[in-house]
Amino acid sequence: MEQLITFELTPKMRLDIDAWVNKFPPEKKSSAVIAALTIVQNQENWLSLAMMNAVADYLHMPQSAVYEVATFYSMYNLEPTGQYRIDVCTNVSCMLCGCDTIVAHLKERLNIGFGETTKDGRFTLKEVECLAACGGAPALQVDGQYHEHLTPEKVDAILARLEAKA
Amino acid sequence: MVEIEINGKKIEAAQGSMIIEVADQHDVRIPRFCYHKKLSVAANCRMCLVEVGDVRKPLPACATPITQGMKVFTRSKLALDAQRAVMEFLLINHPLDCPVCDQGGECELQDLAMGYGRDVSRFNLGKRAVSDHDVGPLIETEMTRCIHCTRCVRFGKEIAGLHELGVMNRGEHLEISTLVGRAITSELSGNMIDVCPVGALTSKPYRFSARAWELTQRPGIAAHDGVGSYIYAHTIHNEVKRIVPRECEALNETWVSDRDRFSYEGLYHKDRVLTPKIKRNGHWEEVNWSDALAFAAERLRAVSDTQGADALGALASPNSSCEEFYLFQKLMRGLGSAHIDHRLRQHDFSDENQFAAYPHSGVTLTELAKADVILLLGSIVRKEQPIVAHRIRMASLTGATVLVVNPLDDTFQFNVASKQIVPGGDLLLGIAKIAKALVAGSEKIKPSAAIAEFLKDITVDDTAQQQANYLKDAKQAVIFLGALALNHPQAAAIRGMADFIAQHTQTTLGLLCEGANSAGAYLMGAVPHRLPGGQNSTKQGESTQAMVLSEKINAMILLGLEAEYDLAYAHRAQKALKNMQTVIALTAYQTPHLLNYAEVILPITPSAEMAGTFVNMQGDTLAFSALTSPQGQSRPAWKILRVLANLLAIEGFDYQTLEDVQQEIAPHLTTAKPTQRWSFAAPQLELAERLRIAPVPIYAQDPLVRRATALQHTPDAAFGGVRINSAEAQALGLAQALEVLVRQQECEVRLPLVIDEHIPNGAVYLASGIPETRDLDGAYEAIYLEQVVDNHA
Amino acid sequence: MSTISLNEVCMRTLGLENPWSMASYEKIGGYKIWRKIVTEKTPPEQIIEQLKLANLRGRGGAGFPTGLKWSFMSRNTPGQKYVVCNSDEGEPGTFKDRDILRFNPHQVIEGMAIAGYVMGATIGYNYLRGEFIEPFERCEQALNEARAAGLIGKNILGTDLNFELHHFLGAGAYICGEETALLESLEGKKGFPRFKPPFPANYGLYGRPTNINNTESYASVPVILQKGGQWFLDLGVPNNGGTKIFCISGHVNKPGNYEIPLGTPFKTLLEMAGGVRGGKQLKAVIPGGSSVPILPGATMMQLNMDYDSISKAGSMLGSGGVICMDENTDMVKVLERIAYFYYEESCGQCTPCREGTGWLMRTIKRIVSGKGQMRDLELLISVSDNIMGRTICALGDAAAMPVLSFIKHFRSEFEAYIQNG
Ligand SMILES: Cc1cc2nc3c(=O)[nH]c(=O)nc-3n(C[C@H](O)[C@H](O)[C@H](O)COP(=O)(O)O)c2cc1C
Ligand code: SF4
Ligand code: FES
Repeated sequence: MEQLITFELTPKMRLDIDAWVNKFPPEKKSSAVIAALTIVQNQENWLSLAMMNAVADYLHMPQSAVYEVATFYSMYNLEPTGQYRIDVCTNVSCMLCGCDTIVAHLKERLNIGFGETTKDGRFTLKEVECLAACGGAPALQVDGQYHEHLTPEKVDAILARLEAKA
Repeated sequence: MVEIEINGKKIEAAQGSMIIEVADQHDVRIPRFCYHKKLSVAANCRMCLVEVGDVRKPLPACATPITQGMKVFTRSKLALDAQRAVMEFLLINHPLDCPVCDQGGECELQDLAMGYGRDVSRFNLGKRAVSDHDVGPLIETEMTRCIHCTRCVRFGKEIAGLHELGVMNRGEHLEISTLVGRAITSELSGNMIDVCPVGALTSKPYRFSARAWELTQRPGIAAHDGVGSYIYAHTIHNEVKRIVPRECEALNETWVSDRDRFSYEGLYHKDRVLTPKIKRNGHWEEVNWSDALAFAAERLRAVSDTQGADALGALASPNSSCEEFYLFQKLMRGLGSAHIDHRLRQHDFSDENQFAAYPHSGVTLTELAKADVILLLGSIVRKEQPIVAHRIRMASLTGATVLVVNPLDDTFQFNVASKQIVPGGDLLLGIAKIAKALVAGSEKIKPSAAIAEFLKDITVDDTAQQQANYLKDAKQAVIFLGALALNHPQAAAIRGMADFIAQHTQTTLGLLCEGANSAGAYLMGAVPHRLPGGQNSTKQGESTQAMVLSEKINAMILLGLEAEYDLAYAHRAQKALKNMQTVIALTAYQTPHLLNYAEVILPITPSAEMAGTFVNMQGDTLAFSALTSPQGQSRPAWKILRVLANLLAIEGFDYQTLEDVQQEIAPHLTTAKPTQRWSFAAPQLELAERLRIAPVPIYAQDPLVRRATALQHTPDAAFGGVRINSAEAQALGLAQALEVLVRQQECEVRLPLVIDEHIPNGAVYLASGIPETRDLDGAYEAIYLEQVVDNHA
Repeated sequence: MSTISLNEVCMRTLGLENPWSMASYEKIGGYKIWRKIVTEKTPPEQIIEQLKLANLRGRGGAGFPTGLKWSFMSRNTPGQKYVVCNSDEGEPGTFKDRDILRFNPHQVIEGMAIAGYVMGATIGYNYLRGEFIEPFERCEQALNEARAAGLIGKNILGTDLNFELHHFLGAGAYICGEETALLESLEGKKGFPRFKPPFPANYGLYGRPTNINNTESYASVPVILQKGGQWFLDLGVPNNGGTKIFCISGHVNKPGNYEIPLGTPFKTLLEMAGGVRGGKQLKAVIPGGSSVPILPGATMMQLNMDYDSISKAGSMLGSGGVICMDENTDMVKVLERIAYFYYEESCGQCTPCREGTGWLMRTIKRIVSGKGQMRDLELLISVSDNIMGRTICALGDAAAMPVLSFIKHFRSEFEAYIQNG
């Protein structure tokens, strides 16, 4: 019954959303919805209905309009997601450069498949489309950062750093 | 105009038209799914691909504007190949379940697929399955059948003005849904069923009840609001199975409101009474028609003989036909009584003599499109007149400014530029502020003494000033008085003040009267002060209010109404009726309440089962014929009234057929647009300190819709409780209360309390026309709320 | 091998310290032209003239002449107008805009400001794909510098000129690179491409006239104006003015961005990229991002890297994403991955693309799994033909062209999968 849970945007979220709202004409507040959802997700790791509704209210948008956006873009997590979402590119250039090895290594290290989250809730593994890092293939993105020319050793180092941070 | 060629035929058409429009006008059928003439062009289904001149790619006819000399081929190889390919794509994921699909036989996909032949599809991988969300009691969803044409979504956003259904996800996972399985709330939602070209959205009440090819289609007129939407009834074995819109550009276009669409269910409700009944010694017995009528005549005679004809009263539902109204008043006047009325929920009749021949909406729905300012005065227009609300929305989308003066802060499906929410239900104050602002702003405006006197102590605020400015600058403004204004205890003064504003600005004043035939009621003389044709009556009768409250009436004939729901003073009315010597109810429904106060029940047919005439709010005469024949022994009221008159030996009732009646009323149906003017007089009545604001919910409007099962399960039909704002709750010591004791006159009921900041101070929102309040009283009178003292605690 | 001029246009700050900083940018002449335009009020026609002379063709993929595009929007149309920069860069194999934004953000800002001036648009948005968080921060920082220097904002350099610029971040959707989908996204909606016409120049952001160009296109403008249209034209070959950034990836030794003159032989580019990895044979090349037809390596070795040459050979220069594949590459699997991409990224609004991309992808998967049949190849061709040219946006074509070209050039590999199971 998660619909019943209400979510309130934090003052910080409101402030951040306002900054985006200000980039657009006053009657075009809804232009900030993509950023607003990102802002909430950055804090909560995912977007529940209640969070989307809170954004809808704040931007005076119909709830359905917000759901349309949230379900369209691939960077939104509509289910509870790990603290770090590891986005591994498997598109052509990465594939040619051996992303299979990287994927296999990640799956083994984390003991999860694509779309799954580690038991400790730290990592979610996700297969993504071309990251525009083909020159550094194979590549992945996590925690807002690109990592390129990946090797299993590099992957281990990345995981270690994130684990230490978490 | 440009000249183009379609399939070799030369055609002239307006510049800027799309190919498909031109083709449609000339009966060249181009297949389509997403295109709908009333919706924006999406061009997403790609079914309408045609060959154009020497363009190598086929182009979508729905989105390609015509150009001079363009040559279009709708059935060339290039076009047909493209269309066939699109069809094949669509069938990839569409279930082939036509035999169990409710749309079977009237499915645009099925029809077209047949036309293209190719043995269905070369696709032999699995089909997509889509989960369904419940979207409420009216619409059944089977989204696996959806072809993503987005007509329903565009209908919601563009016509209904509510973005409820959305296009979720992307690519092959595209899904039309509300995402959360919330009920769709638009009062026009049923149109989504019609716009859906396949069986993804179908009618829930109609579900599996018939196949398209078994149905007979009969034209009709919807009988719930002042528009009189054109409808078709689809019937089978003398039963209405569903209602769909019949296109009428001047009225409902291609739409119909949910109330008009789904109310037919009420025809088959268990309350329907199908045999005449009389009460003898406190017991009801079923009797045959002649005994019932003889008994009724005798009872009327008895009262009239002993107490005079002035002891006879008559009340009719505003949904009655002109023929019914006419015979009803002729009967009453023949008996010597002028006590006849149809204005059931009104409180203030003091300016009735100033009314024109019939109440008019001021502008037609088509003219409304040209208005640049629209002021809604006391109207929850969406719920009162859904089609008018839709037209206001369209006007607003093309630039009209909408202003509101209301006793509660309702939401609208269009932009409202300025809202005055008046405290304590004081609509007169709201409109007077605008008048004052106008007077203050111009030397040329000379108010009458009465107005000057009234405006003396009124102060203008910013909102009123702003609204006055809009009206002052308007080229063509309209003020609509809605039900909350018309039923207001100071309705006359409100009209007078609004008229003053109208006279001094470029404004037309219009009334949005309740019921399907308020205009017809006036024209037929179903008012105490007017004869048919709007002639003043020398013998002035009593209004509804006086009939019910004065205790002078001892025999009452009711036509198509239920006192407990349809009268402004539900409680006192029932009591008064109970105390009368006789109450003769011409009714389609019986309830314990009715059985309590009536003595004779004469079963009539709702308008669906008879022929007749309505006059709508813009003065159109709308003749209709029966959609089915009467159920059981029920009869059209005009026949009953005729026999009753014969039994009472009243002259002039020798009609053989309805046409005879229609011939007689024809001269009175001259429905030229009347000039409506009201002068202002200060209200005689002060408003109560805490006023009950009692709108009639959309699905409680009349006996038929109150019994439409599916509509009764919509959120609109849910009881909203007693609503006050938190400040009022605080003041009344009810801040924590979940329930309150509600008192009016000598009645008292316990009801849930809801704190609602949309209700201003001095007002209590509590709907009328519903079971929860049928034992309460005055809709716009004083109301007292008290804490519930629980003895058990 | 003649000496190839490298990084003369968009990448010209590379090599400087903090190449993204205002200081570095100004060192190589940055903002000079903008200052000149602002103070001298250069007639916009003159600017357009130079762009036309330079023969700058849109770097986003379609190669539409930028000067011509700029001339479509009349600066005298009343009301708000917009310039929008397309930094959505999602085309597989393309990664140049990311580097421009990271290493030379000021040049994009200057290019957009000039565009705004030319077209009378006082507001600009640069739409970055959601994943570009680092570039976004670089851009924001650059924008702050430019604002502080009075180059962007109100009363630029004390004149009556205004130009406000904002950076926007998407949230993951390849389709938002399509210009009208991008506008929808900017408006806070899902990225459904709009039916054209009307084109953005008439009906763009919020329904107002809008000019959209790719990042590289905007970034080229200041240099063209600074050094002259003729100079730029002369960098390249006739009808293909200037340099172009080629993003070379796949089986090469030194993948990366190479900004070189148009018309440079592919062979030279491959050499610059260190040749094929492991000294293997080049089997195939996708010369312009995954959406364009693939060409056999041998064909490529004969071609020059310019719009016309590649197009004559049956493919397109596209976005400049050059994906190289060596002799051991499994072409069927490559196509499978590409088909999956379009299936994933189709917005889903139009029937042929929504239904067709899944059909293609599944049919290829079936072939890969060994369950394919010979007639599947004809089916793939026919389904591709039925998508091509019949959709709202060009993603449909983009999904179909790889399929057609892979089967055309490497049919035997598909047949082998089918025959050997
Ligand atoms: C599916 C699709 C994806 C596209 N993605 C991009 C992109 O990521 N970046 C880009 O600049 N143009 C992209 N385009 C092209 C744009 O629609 C548009 O043509 C371009 O931004 C115009 O800029 P230009 O004239 O400077 O090339 C894409 C087009 C399509 C059909
Ligand atoms: S071609 Fe594909 S991506 Fe483009 S509009 Fe149609 S469905 Fe969307
Ligand atoms: S293919 Fe992986 S980043 Fe481009």
